[in-house]
Amino acid sequence: MPVLTINGEQRELQFAEDTPLLWALRDELAMTGTKFGCGMAMCGACTVHVDGQPTRSCVTPISAVAGKSVTTIEAIGEDAVGQQVQQAWNQLDVPQCGYCQSGQVMAATALLKSNPNPDDAAINAAMSGNICRCGTYNRIRDAIKLAAKAVQS
Amino acid sequence: MNAKTPKQMTPEVAISNISRRRLLQGFALSGLVLAVGVPGVLLAGDEPEKFGRDAMPHGWTDDPLVFVAIMADGTVKIVCHRAEMGQGVRTSLPMVVADELGADWAQVEIVQAPGDEPKYGNQNTDGSRSMRHFFMPMRNVGAAARMMLEAAAAAHWGVAVAEVKTGVHEVLHPQSGRSLGFGELAEAASKLEVPERDQLQLKTAEQFRYIGKGKTHLVDGLDMVSGKAIYGIDVTLPDMLHAVVARPPVLGGKVVDYDATEALKIPGVLKVVTIPGSPPPAYFNPLGGVAVIATNTWAALQGRKALKITWDHGEHASYNSPQFRAEMEQAARVKGGAVVRDEGDVYRALENAAQTFSAEYYLPHLSQAPMEPPVATARIVDGHCELWAPVQDPQAGRDLVARWLELDADKVTVNVTLLGGGFGRKSKPDYMVEAAWLSRSMDGQAVKVTWTREDDLHHSYFHTVSVERIEAGVDGDGKPVAWLHRTVAPTILSTFDDSALVKMPIELGMGVVNVPFAIDNVRIENPEAKALTRIGWFRSVSNVPHAFAIQSFVSEMAAKLDRDAKDYLLEVIGPPRQLNPAKLLDSWNYGESPEEYPIDTGRLRRVVETVADKASWGKSLPAGRGQGIAAHYSFVSYTAAVVEVEVDEDGELSIPRVDIAIDCGPAINPERIKSQLEGAVIMGISLAMLGEITFKDGAVEQNNFDGYQLSRMADAPAEIHVHIVPADDYDVPLGGVGEPGLPPIAPALCNAIFAATGQRIRALPIADQLEPA
Ligand code: FES
Ligand code: FES
Repeated sequence: MPVLTINGEQRELQFAEDTPLLWALRDELAMTGTKFGCGMAMCGACTVHVDGQPTRSCVTPISAVAGKSVTTIEAIGEDAVGQQVQQAWNQLDVPQCGYCQSGQVMAATALLKSNPNPDDAAINAAMSGNICRCGTYNRIRDAIKLAAKAVQS
Repeated sequence: MNAKTPKQMTPEVAISNISRRRLLQGFALSGLVLAVGVPGVLLAGDEPEKFGRDAMPHGWTDDPLVFVAIMADGTVKIVCHRAEMGQGVRTSLPMVVADELGADWAQVEIVQAPGDEPKYGNQNTDGSRSMRHFFMPMRNVGAAARMMLEAAAAAHWGVAVAEVKTGVHEVLHPQSGRSLGFGELAEAASKLEVPERDQLQLKTAEQFRYIGKGKTHLVDGLDMVSGKAIYGIDVTLPDMLHAVVARPPVLGGKVVDYDATEALKIPGVLKVVTIPGSPPPAYFNPLGGVAVIATNTWAALQGRKALKITWDHGEHASYNSPQFRAEMEQAARVKGGAVVRDEGDVYRALENAAQTFSAEYYLPHLSQAPMEPPVATARIVDGHCELWAPVQDPQAGRDLVARWLELDADKVTVNVTLLGGGFGRKSKPDYMVEAAWLSRSMDGQAVKVTWTREDDLHHSYFHTVSVERIEAGVDGDGKPVAWLHRTVAPTILSTFDDSALVKMPIELGMGVVNVPFAIDNVRIENPEAKALTRIGWFRSVSNVPHAFAIQSFVSEMAAKLDRDAKDYLLEVIGPPRQLNPAKLLDSWNYGESPEEYPIDTGRLRRVVETVADKASWGKSLPAGRGQGIAAHYSFVSYTAAVVEVEVDEDGELSIPRVDIAIDCGPAINPERIKSQLEGAVIMGISLAMLGEITFKDGAVEQNNFDGYQLSRMADAPAEIHVHIVPADDYDVPLGGVGEPGLPPIAPALCNAIFAATGQRIRALPIADQLEPA
């Protein structure tokens, strides 16, 4: 049974080893913040961090993350950058339905951790894997810049 | 039960500590009768025709005891009875109550109502109606509750009510300097009678603290960015099972037989059962198929993959999109079909015109594709079915589940979760019936049915496919004198009556018959088209193809006449005047009274002028860049957009800027109006650039977001500017907001492409049609 660290806690997962991390999180651990949107690494709704890297949990079998450290949306606020991202999102009222925003926040946090001052091109490159059907892209862009400022100050 | 559901889903707990029964009686004695009706239907006898909120099923109520509960600690609980799907209704409607009440927003908690229209009034969250229909009732709710608190305070102090007033979350007696908090007054107030509606003292606009300000943050915003918000897909019940369904690939198809041997070998798979299909029309019934029930979603998915099913595809297996398009084009090219508006003599006017133009436009099927696919959870305990679902129309789901399970509707409870987007898909509760049916097959154990993205794209209620053909004639001065529009598209009515072949009034009234142009000879024809899949409503519905054709065509005429597109659009709209929708043969007018809501060409002109001004229309641009303009009346609001594009040498398009203006009457929550229009801009770009669902042998060809593409961050305009045209005052009737932003985007975009490149796009999506320079 794969053992991994989820949000700082060691967890042993019972589901079949080929189960994508997304469904183990949601169905086995009842951690439903990580969302399902496509199941094929095409929408970003299921983004988590695996050893700090943004990862599509819908196509990542739990066997592949054994021994690794996973951070989900439920704990990203404990991270200084993640917290700034959440605050910026709230300040600009980014969400509409909000369903994609777990993934957006995870992707944006990963971006700001690797590039504290991204320009539009860098934002486009890092965020274009995350679909928002409600169309919040312009506010996401503004919120990333707002969070970048907060992180730097 | 320990259902892991958010606090907003347990209203009975929230309201239990005030004496509702007594007050409800007082309320009933006040003589209000719930308004029930059908839009646009003349009622029997002397009853006047009903419009707007009065005409909606189960009407409306402004009973404060249904909507407000004040706890002893001062917490004010406000019920939101409409579904939250991104439009911000859980913020905006309670904000109206809170403002009238005098509540401090920081002490407000939102309680989501279950589906119960007899209690809450109409809950069908679509048609851009929530604020339009419930602004007034919610103001009344807040004002009545405030007056009850004031009366309680006055009684407590033994002073006249006229001597007290409400501050922020407290009632004051200025003469003596005394004050009592809402929490301290709640119990005494709850024992008073609800004031009569004609006694209510509403705030004046100057007194508003939240209404019209746009400063209220989203109530669910922080939960949404921390994984705490509960959508339908997140509902988790004790011992809950997970199911997925293999549905007939072709509408009307049936299971001939199936072999579940391999599926049942997958660890975690518990049971394979069939869901019966239903005879046409489709209505909101489930499609039927073979369901795999398992202990987790992944096991269910693996089980479904292992099923061997033989399908009888039925008669719709002949549905092929290219052929269907050709047939519709054929129909659009010959005179005929239902004549749905006929003024003057179009055919003669066309013959006599100095110059004539014609063009044909095509819009493919679209899928709403909300990011959260359809999903529902049901369990049955002691003959009572309880569901949790992201649903726009919970009462419809409740009634339908009741019918399928042969229960009374009061034995069905529908808890409305947050919706991860709706766009019309989630007003069709077929997925709720599946969950209820499967729970019953497991003796009532909780079952969640999850649709995959493939399920969602294959089995939507699709936005119709359409061909619009317009011919126009102008006189020697270029003034339009004849307008002939043939509109061909399978009708939504086919979903409810499979013999329906022509559009129904609500579709025709979406910008095609009620085109408000100053042209003497107008004829609209509607040739037949047979629906071969489930047709449903998608955000803005028929306004999308109608506006695309009409607003592209006006710009095409302008270009051919060498006129400025904006000036020519204003000329075609004509002088400011108030048109009776009924005179334009629109019997519907979004369910609103034609007297209260005439089509006001002055307001249409004003959004055009506003957006042109804000976008610096006509500014000089380098080669490869251009602006396009479009305007449209929909959901009793007025919108206009200017899109600026840049097309590079390789035919790659980018969008430096979009301006959009709306006149929706009073702007109750300007912040959410802006966000709705921003979203509409993105959705409009998405459908214009990329959106297409096609059928081959009756089945949808697109499987996931690779085939059915949606705009992404890199496709978004560099800038979106929303301009809200202010209303004179709060007495101006409200217009819709969620949908009116969408229709002008695709034509404005294609008009901009023409301005930039000279290339005219008449068939969507644009996809790879752009030619390298
Ligand atoms: S659900 Fe994983 S990328 Fe879409
Ligand atoms: S906010 Fe709804 S999908 Fe992004």
